[in-house]
Amino acid sequence: MQAVVVENIVKKYVVKKNTVDALKGVSFSVDKGEIFGIIGPDGAGKTSLFRILTTLLIAESGKATVDGFDVVKDYKQIRNRVGYMPGKFSLYQDLSVQENLEFFAAIFNTSINENYALIKDIYQQIEPFKTRRAGQLSGGMKQKLALSCALIHKPTVLFLDEPTTGVDAVSRKEFWEMLHRLKTEGITILVSTPYMDEAGLCDRVALIQKGGILSINTPKGVTKEFKKPLWAVRASEMFHLMNAIKNDNAVESCYPFGQYHHVVFKNPGDDKKRLEEIIQTNHFSQTEIHSIEPNIEDCFMALMKE
Amino acid sequence: MRALKFLLQKELRQIFRDPSIFFILFIMPMIQLIILPLAADYEIKNINLGVVDHDHSEYSQKLINKIVSSGYFRLRDYSATFPQGLHAIELDKTDLILEIPAQFERILVKENEATLFVAANSINGVKAGLGSAYIQGIIQDFNQDVRMQWIQLPRLSPQPTIEVTSSNWYNENMNYKVFMVPGILVMLVTMIGSSFASNNIVREKEIGTIEQINVSPLKKTQFILGKLIPFWMLALSVLTVGLLIARIIYGIVPLGHYLTIYVFAAIYLLAILGLGLLMSTYAQTQQQSMLVSFFVTMIFNLLSGLYTPIESMPQWAQIITKLNPVSYFIEVMRMVVLKGSGLVDIKYHILALLGFAVFFNTWAILNYKKRSG
Repeated sequence: MQAVVVENIVKKYVVKKNTVDALKGVSFSVDKGEIFGIIGPDGAGKTSLFRILTTLLIAESGKATVDGFDVVKDYKQIRNRVGYMPGKFSLYQDLSVQENLEFFAAIFNTSINENYALIKDIYQQIEPFKTRRAGQLSGGMKQKLALSCALIHKPTVLFLDEPTTGVDAVSRKEFWEMLHRLKTEGITILVSTPYMDEAGLCDRVALIQKGGILSINTPKGVTKEFKKPLWAVRASEMFHLMNAIKNDNAVESCYPFGQYHHVVFKNPGDDKKRLEEIIQTNHFSQTEIHSIEPNIEDCFMALMKE
Repeated sequence: MRALKFLLQKELRQIFRDPSIFFILFIMPMIQLIILPLAADYEIKNINLGVVDHDHSEYSQKLINKIVSSGYFRLRDYSATFPQGLHAIELDKTDLILEIPAQFERILVKENEATLFVAANSINGVKAGLGSAYIQGIIQDFNQDVRMQWIQLPRLSPQPTIEVTSSNWYNENMNYKVFMVPGILVMLVTMIGSSFASNNIVREKEIGTIEQINVSPLKKTQFILGKLIPFWMLALSVLTVGLLIARIIYGIVPLGHYLTIYVFAAIYLLAILGLGLLMSTYAQTQQQSMLVSFFVTMIFNLLSGLYTPIESMPQWAQIITKLNPVSYFIEVMRMVVLKGSGLVDIKYHILALLGFAVFFNTWAILNYKKRSG
């Protein structure tokens, strides 16, 4: 059985008489025990989707089930079995670490002792500070506490809305390691993120943009969908290089990526020659051209263009 | 039940952990209770008097001395002509002019009759009205003195006269503090009840913690009770401190039973907290909820009979006071404190408040949605 099934979900918001389509008929399904990533920029509809699945928001049309329960009809069952970690740190800042955890255990009709085994690995890292107020914790520790609170009632499906936004690189890495440990406990995890580099850590990802899904695949599958060869180019005059490449008719797209510009041609052929020609006619110095394997971000850029 | 216990525990922890809440809840009302009744005094004192004396006689001096020594008036201006005296009023130096015509004393002695002229600045109508009434009373008194000196009255008055004497019930000394302090206490309890509870829920909305509670299996009524009970207890303890202050500082001991006040306050607070919760279900930010509850409590307090008697309000305003829970509590407080009313005497007030409590709380629970559309 599938843990989450979403069929044709539509959600509109009315802002000053204008309707904004937050979700335009989204469909996907998530297997039990899978880490499913929802990758997309800000405003893509990630949070709306999560709020619908956690029964906080009612969609205009479409059907969705979590653990086999309908999100509209059986919302009471769903609330007993999902864990939700909203994007904004939302625990009681004026209660201590332990008090927060106790409180969330209580409102889910359980206690810390009952499910301590599940959160042990995560909670042990913040346990030395358990009498400290949640508002005085560092960003990474807040994240761990929020995850502990979302897990305290042993949910079967965990919804994490941008859990790593605003968290440092080390904490982000640790956080993903924790998610993989939770996966071994059989918990299905839906995680949204605006960071493309985190996509590779998921079992499957859905690329979402402006309320529509661009592609659903394994991270490797997504990159395989990228058919055309990809070139990385650099020169000492990066800005002029970009303009020169964009002015060429044969070029499909060119965008900055780290120290390089990534270039895709409309009709693949003698791409390298063409790039060399552009460099020569414009007299760029310290140039470098090489072919590279596309990553998720390249795929996302390509899909967005379509 | 266990969840409710934890909700209450958490709420009380948060309240007592916030030093500003403690200050706002207890210290601020106490300061207000100690200062407001001293300032909210209906007696008009210190009316600034201007005198235009054309006579400069012994009698005119006597009259002026009598007026000033009454304690209600302060002699601020002594002009030679009426236009000069009027100028003092225009400069807001004086509120009232007493013009004594030339040869006032001579005419009075000779013809047994003389005229005086009083002009009042009636921008503040109450002050002008009371000021001229006071000065008339003093002049009449002066008149009596003069007649006593000059005329030997016959033993029996040639004309039949009716003399009216009155006795003041319930507040014999007409001490306005006994009247005001219980009312101000109601106002304070109301402000705490309505704006605190509503602000508290809206804060959970702002921080985002309400999302976490909404995804939990916690029931709506549990959540609302968890918010209502702590503030109900807090407001009752503020009432207790207030009644203690009334007793210790103002010496106000209710004629009726304290229990009557508490029974009524308990029901009253259910209604007021219900109103606060209702406002919180509509407001999205603390700023909105603050402004709305400020507006509502302002209207409630002004239309409650705290400062001005309900009976002298226009008909439409009197109807509004019937829909105002605050006016019931102020009336009950005064009934219990001054008249010694018991539960039987306030049964209709209790019924009305139960109605308000059911109405506001039901609306609040119906309108509080754990999900949005």
